[in-house]
Amino acid sequence: MLCQICGKTAASVHFTEIHDNKMSEIHVCERCAEEKGLHTPARKHKFDIADLLADMVDSMTTTEEERVGHVQCPNCSLLYSQFRETGRVGCAECYNAFKFQLRPLLRRIHGSVDCKAKRPAHAGGDLSRARQLQRLHDELQRLVEHEEFERAAAVRDEIRKLQAEPPEPAERAG
Amino acid sequence: MNTGPQGFAELVSRPSPWLNGEGPFAGMVLSTRIRLARNLSGVPFTHRARDEQLMGVLSNVERAVKTSSAFANSITLHMSDMSGLERQVLVERHLVSHELGDGTRPRGIAIAADEKVSVMINEEDHLRLQVMAPGLQPAEAWTMADGADDDLGRSLDYAFSDEIGYLTSCPTNAGTGLRASVLIHLPALVLLKDIHQVLKSVMQVGLNVRGLYGEHSDVMGNLFQVSNQTTLGVSERDSIESLERVTRRIIDMEERARERMIRDARVQLEDKVWRGYGELRYCRSISSREVIELCSVVRMGAALGFPGLCPLRVLNELLIVTQPAHLQRQFGSEMTPAERNVYRARLVRERLEAAERTAGEDA
Repeated sequence: MLCQICGKTAASVHFTEIHDNKMSEIHVCERCAEEKGLHTPARKHKFDIADLLADMVDSMTTTEEERVGHVQCPNCSLLYSQFRETGRVGCAECYNAFKFQLRPLLRRIHGSVDCKAKRPAHAGGDLSRARQLQRLHDELQRLVEHEEFERAAAVRDEIRKLQAEPPEPAERAG
Repeated sequence: MNTGPQGFAELVSRPSPWLNGEGPFAGMVLSTRIRLARNLSGVPFTHRARDEQLMGVLSNVERAVKTSSAFANSITLHMSDMSGLERQVLVERHLVSHELGDGTRPRGIAIAADEKVSVMINEEDHLRLQVMAPGLQPAEAWTMADGADDDLGRSLDYAFSDEIGYLTSCPTNAGTGLRASVLIHLPALVLLKDIHQVLKSVMQVGLNVRGLYGEHSDVMGNLFQVSNQTTLGVSERDSIESLERVTRRIIDMEERARERMIRDARVQLEDKVWRGYGELRYCRSISSREVIELCSVVRMGAALGFPGLCPLRVLNELLIVTQPAHLQRQFGSEMTPAERNVYRARLVRERLEAAERTAGEDA
């Protein structure tokens, strides 16, 4: 399908417009979407990645492109060129294998590459108890701010109970 | 723990508790949803894993679910044991994604008894933990998701790196793996044509807007799903707080738009709402899209407190139970679209009549 604005390039951006409480579908090309400042609420992430990847490939020479495409994950044997097609990496190890390619991509998607995520609980029983306490403290603060004092008192009791417990060894299963 | 169709029948026989029409700002915000993407270390991501490996993931996650207090009395369903219609019912209830619902690989879902917490197994990522809450409750839903995640994370070894965070199949989810969203009803902003401006500003602050059934879905019934976009360089709390802050701003704008409509066009508004109600109450054949659009109009009247309309809960439930798979399941066999429209109309009339009866008894 051709772009409904310029009628020249293939439409790659599809969205729903509401006008007079009537809904209509609009199909335009990337450039016209950009130029007209049209936003794209229903776009799939995969295409965002594909666009970004295409951008990055554009800035490479053919030899560079070929070389990068042949980078392979030693664990799941996914080629970087396959990732470029699907927008999906194959395993956790791919993040290491494609580190140099993924880093700029992650930066462009998220605007940052700093990890600020919570840590997994399996890191240790004590740590997870510390996290549990942190969570309860956060909850307590929120309840106090919302003046829900009865629930806040219950959370406070829970914190006291948890603090009084002896530390548990980390448990791990399957 | 119940498994198999017995648990399924029980599950679908009752309305989704997170659509009960209660919770903060229930007049505008139908629900809040938190999703966490997790993978098990040492196993290729779902699309690269062999079926045996996925079976291993399925049984490991099931074992972790059994020891989790967040999943007390949960039911576990394997997609391969279910018919296409049954899987579609779960999609319509927003428990299962289209990807999980295709049923061709070892996939499953564990659902806590109250349907608030669930985990899809072997979707795009090995685990997709979900929490649903009625109204605007991002902080509460996050607390619940965080707890359930810790529960499962104590016995499962998640793929996690100190530099990036949780490693996911798609780099757009890497980091926190968190997607927090609200389903919000904005009819006045749509009617007054302010919606474009609002959605644009929402997107400028890094949030995403989609239709009722997630990615690819159209905007129907003036229902919008607003969610965070970035998962790296932000903490889970940052994402939750920014979603709550922006949603409150949207609520303010919608509220002002509703006030303006009441002030400038009360009669036209009342007329629109009651005509919509009349169509739903007396229709003899109706499509699911029409139900969604008409419920939107009536919902606005109900939220504005127009006397005599049905409660929000009834309208929320209609959104789900009038969908094709729910209808066919209730009817007991497959139906053509035309048959569905007739059966759907009957169901809508009965539900509204029942609500009128209850209101009459209470009065």
